[in-house]
Amino acid sequence: MEEILPPLLPLLVGIPLLMGALGAALRKSKRARHIISLGTLSALLAFSILLVIATHDGTVLAHRVGFWDFAPQIAIPFVVDALNSLVLMIICILGITSVMFAMATHEARARFYHPFVLILMAGVAGALMTGDIFNLFVFIEVMLLPSYGLLAMMGAKLGAHGARIYVSVNLLASTLLLFGIGLVYATAGTVNLAELHGRAAEDPAIAVGAAVVLTAISIKAAVVPVHGWLTRTYPMTSPAVTALFSGIHTKVSIYAIYRIYSVMFDGDDRFLWIALLVTSLTMLIGVLGAIGEKTTRSILVFHMISQIGYILIGVGLFTGLGLTAGIFYLLHHMIVKASLFLSTGAIEETYGTGEIDKLGGMAKREPLIAATFMIAALSLAGLPPFSGFVAKFSIIQATLEQAHYWVAAVAVLVSVFTLLSMLKIWVGVFMGKPPEDLEDRALSYQERMHGKRYLRVQAQAENPTLTIGPPTATMSAVLSGERAVKVPMKLIIPGAILAAITVFFGLGAELLMMLSETAAENLLNPQDYVEAVINS
Amino acid sequence: MSIAIAVGMLTAAAVYLFMQRGMVRIVLGFVLASHAANLLLFAAGNTAYRGVPYIFTSEYGEGGDPLPQAFVLTAIVIAFSITMFMVTLAITTTGDDDTEDEEESPAKVLTAADT
Repeated sequence: MEEILPPLLPLLVGIPLLMGALGAALRKSKRARHIISLGTLSALLAFSILLVIATHDGTVLAHRVGFWDFAPQIAIPFVVDALNSLVLMIICILGITSVMFAMATHEARARFYHPFVLILMAGVAGALMTGDIFNLFVFIEVMLLPSYGLLAMMGAKLGAHGARIYVSVNLLASTLLLFGIGLVYATAGTVNLAELHGRAAEDPAIAVGAAVVLTAISIKAAVVPVHGWLTRTYPMTSPAVTALFSGIHTKVSIYAIYRIYSVMFDGDDRFLWIALLVTSLTMLIGVLGAIGEKTTRSILVFHMISQIGYILIGVGLFTGLGLTAGIFYLLHHMIVKASLFLSTGAIEETYGTGEIDKLGGMAKREPLIAATFMIAALSLAGLPPFSGFVAKFSIIQATLEQAHYWVAAVAVLVSVFTLLSMLKIWVGVFMGKPPEDLEDRALSYQERMHGKRYLRVQAQAENPTLTIGPPTATMSAVLSGERAVKVPMKLIIPGAILAAITVFFGLGAELLMMLSETAAENLLNPQDYVEAVINS
Repeated sequence: MSIAIAVGMLTAAAVYLFMQRGMVRIVLGFVLASHAANLLLFAAGNTAYRGVPYIFTSEYGEGGDPLPQAFVLTAIVIAFSITMFMVTLAITTTGDDDTEDEEESPAKVLTAADT
């Protein structure tokens, strides 16, 4: 296994790129694009599960792209250990579920939807596997460019404000990353992570360059002083796209922070207080922003920021337990957040609004969505039967172990606020009575999104005796029928799958905890990583 | 030193342009910022070596470092593609490229799209 797998690693980037191009070339056939996209994503998932199995004992797989034998450090290394194979696996699951959701909302019918998603996946796989910081920059761009397209595709309906801010801030962060890479190359003479092992801890000049790199990546991860862009762009596109992005861009940046601090700084404890200060602020300000918002998606987006704070505590502690807890939190959070975006997104897609004031009574109308949301919300707040409890418990345990009582206090306090704002969504959207104009609003939204013909077909599917007449008559027939507007099953399933996974990770936390522990071990002792790259 | 001065001036101009009203000025700011980053990458390869780094054209120790040149070549293409996209964003959507009205919250815009 250890001999066969490494030369296959570039396929994780190559296959989605190739399939994305194929999907873009198939102009007419929607069905072929759906099949290509889901097939490729499933193949990636299968490959990443294989990688998780191969690395679960702490093995590091490394491959020199292009087989540069005469000079090992020249080539770009692709390295896979327990951490990036786990992140890749979860991202593949999120990719599949959000593509399913987009197919249900008909967004995936757009010609470039599937190609963009596949190229995004290629960028993600590359950014996770690469062992070279300039190549990391390139793959982050490969990941971002299709995202601009995806964001703007839906953004056109909402004005381009979101896309403009998103592109500007990300280009600024990328340019800053390029500055940092230039400084690292100028001072250290290489951009290969394995060769940079521990160099930033020894030499302040290299540390400054590395700090610029980390700052740029922190902008992309939206930690608190630089979080505003995320809260103003993620709600400005379609729910399917937000759900896809929620688990990818910021999380790949978090992975890069973990990796770079582990290898380049060798976990140097002189700078950890900065990380702890920033993460505490991130947790607190993120959740306070969430309480103040008025639509489901903007609440959830502010929560993302707060949770990013929790995840980064792991790197701020840099102990075995701290890193394990941080990695577990990262994996748990990607699943839960996407589940929340998908379940509230299903309501938004059906009823045409995510505003808490304009919705109500969904618990009776849509019991399945309500259950899905409830599970994910309780998991996010950290209640016992779900994975969020294990994640928060181990994070707090790790902070107390290092005697950082104020960080632990913030983490506990923020959980209370998290529950508070989740209850705000619950009370506003799911409890009470539905407003009078709910159905009218939903129907006019459906008409605007899908056209009158679509509505007629829907009405006929629900009531087969109905003959297709002029649109107005049909629509009044839909209106007069009891519960004419309902979230279709295919919109519920993707969120429910993810909610089931968080229950599974809560009850069977042992499995994921063990894998996170191996991943933390690899970060704590980057020697294995370095040796694997040099001997590959 | 001359490269440091050039990078500093480009960065200062870029930061000034980012703060301006109008999307096209912001795009120009990004063009300058990526110029600055590219010059910095060149400087990272030690500008004391001025020779052409093609094989058989310069003696060892005279030719420039080829790696930063490859970095810059890659970065130029990436920045170019994003600049194209930003210019397109500047001319689509609203009547002009004004960025001042973007002080609206997502909730407001979503409500506006809703009615």
